[in-house]
Amino acid sequence: MTATMLPLFVGLPLLAAGITAPARACAPWARAVLIALLIANLAAGIALVATTSSGAVLAEQVGGWPGGIAIPFVGDTLSALMLTVTGLLALVCAVFGLMTGTGEARLYPPLVMALVGGVNGALLTADIFNLFVFIEVMLLPSYGLLVLARSGQGTLRSVTGARLYVAFNLFVSTLFLAGVAMVYGTAGTVNLAELAGAAQQSPTVAVAAGICIAALSMKAAVVPVHGWLAQAYPSTSPTISALFSGLHTKVAIYAIYRIYAVVFDGDTRWLWIGVVLFSATMLIGVLGAVGESTMRSILAFHMVSQIGYILLGVALFTPLGLAAGIFYLLHHMIVKASLFLSCGAVEERHGTDALARIRGVARRDPLLVAAFGMAALSLAGLPPFSGFVAKLTLILAALDAGQIAAAVVAIVVSLLTLLSMIKIWNVLVKRPDEDDTATGSTGDTLVAAPPVPRVGLRLTLPGLVLAMVTLGLGLGAELLYGLSATAAAGLLDTSSYVEAVLPR
Amino acid sequence: MILALTIGLLVAGAAYLMFDRSYLRTILGLLLFGHAVNLLLFATGGTQRRGEPLEGTDPALSADPLPQAFVLTAIVIAFAIVVVMLVLAVTGRAGDDTRDRGPAETPDDDGDDRTGDGSRTENGSRDGDDGPTGDPQGHGGPASNGDRPADRAGVTR
Repeated sequence: MTATMLPLFVGLPLLAAGITAPARACAPWARAVLIALLIANLAAGIALVATTSSGAVLAEQVGGWPGGIAIPFVGDTLSALMLTVTGLLALVCAVFGLMTGTGEARLYPPLVMALVGGVNGALLTADIFNLFVFIEVMLLPSYGLLVLARSGQGTLRSVTGARLYVAFNLFVSTLFLAGVAMVYGTAGTVNLAELAGAAQQSPTVAVAAGICIAALSMKAAVVPVHGWLAQAYPSTSPTISALFSGLHTKVAIYAIYRIYAVVFDGDTRWLWIGVVLFSATMLIGVLGAVGESTMRSILAFHMVSQIGYILLGVALFTPLGLAAGIFYLLHHMIVKASLFLSCGAVEERHGTDALARIRGVARRDPLLVAAFGMAALSLAGLPPFSGFVAKLTLILAALDAGQIAAAVVAIVVSLLTLLSMIKIWNVLVKRPDEDDTATGSTGDTLVAAPPVPRVGLRLTLPGLVLAMVTLGLGLGAELLYGLSATAAAGLLDTSSYVEAVLPR
Repeated sequence: MILALTIGLLVAGAAYLMFDRSYLRTILGLLLFGHAVNLLLFATGGTQRRGEPLEGTDPALSADPLPQAFVLTAIVIAFAIVVVMLVLAVTGRAGDDTRDRGPAETPDDDGDDRTGDGSRTENGSRDGDDGPTGDPQGHGGPASNGDRPADRAGVTR
């Protein structure tokens, strides 16, 4: 992997999206292109991790313009890890989509590839205006997927969710653009390397970059702007929920890590704001899940709660805290997608994700319930899964940094997470003939219970594969933790990043 | 100064429109907000220097081309998204923006919802002053109630 190959991460998916756009619905060649591209994307991500695992930074000035004028693409350990994990999730979710009704939409392959291109671009660029553009490249296909996913069924919910999602994202993107404009007005550049440390020296740049970070926090669904996520994600198809959960908010989180590390240079004066907000996010997200009655809305609220954990890492801004935050980010993406896929598989076959209507899953599909159980335990942070390592290091980092309150919140929220995972678990293992007071009151018991549909191995596999990955990352945490620590070191000392983008 | 006042005015208008629950007005509000930010981008390039940024022009007098490129990009992106939003505004049923996703709602009560929703919209367009009783979410004051039916009709297909 060399620096000149970096623009291919964006170019190839967009090219393939263009080529497959005229394909007819369910055209086998378009599907083959989609899968081949996503496998190549994952392989390239792994190759980039291998190249940058020592902390090396690759930088490419697109178009051969001199540094400072060109749009730079930079691959360091953090972006390489993110590229790999987003690539893995895109592949697994796309396969799941092809096996369910979602993949039958005509524009499914090109939209997914354009989405991947946008995500890759946002992870690689070192220019905040370009970041805005790539976030939009990522969002535009998402709007299409959000609506396509349910064409023909349940229009009311999917259009309401899409309306909210599009309006919210346009607003926040415009706010981000205003922040970029102010950064340009106050610092005279939008190149991250030229902005290095600018916000620490000048309060005006700090305000401008603060607006950017505020907009990104809204995109990441940080409390108090988290309601949109819990509304929009459950309203689309299970595949798309899983795909978005792995890619969208995580790109915003990545950008927050990057901008705070480079532009603010980890300024300790503002960290308390983060600690307060992110602790509130953990707590409010998990409490929101208590009142929900469908599987995916519970999972969506948990996502809000987990985003608090991930961002706590950047709010601590210690070597241990950053490494724990990055590890948590990668672990969370995998586990959450696994949970969404397992629940999505049940929803596909049972036709609903309402807790009150699902039963008998464990009898017919023990493997699926096992995959869900593993991912749920990992989410709650129990050994031997990756969630345990992630939570333990994060809590240790919080104690180390003297944030006792944040550590206590993190522990309490873990217990609450387990509580609502048990809520879904109980439904999954419920026997088909078991009497239930909730449905008994509506008269369902008078009708003969319909046969419980079988989910089958094909739909179980995607969630199971990701559950296995979390188990593997828990047992072999040393490898990923080492890489996370290297990535954290790159954020703490940004000189090699700046050096790579602006060679002197 | 005029630029700053214009930006302020646009943001004020955008905020006013976005607080309305009608989706069309939200779109118009977002459009105004986008224009305000575009002007802000322009302002960052400095409004005093207006020469063509070509060879031979004194760099101290020539305009900064970068914000202009930013604005062009931003306009195209915002335009594309507004088109998507306008399509979303006319797809589906009107007035679903007033209904929260309640715990009881499951995909198969869509049928009930269709009839309930339709009759509500009909009432709204027949007698414009159904006020707080007819409107479950209580849309603002009388001023906003007065022009709601026309607005609703615009969204209904």
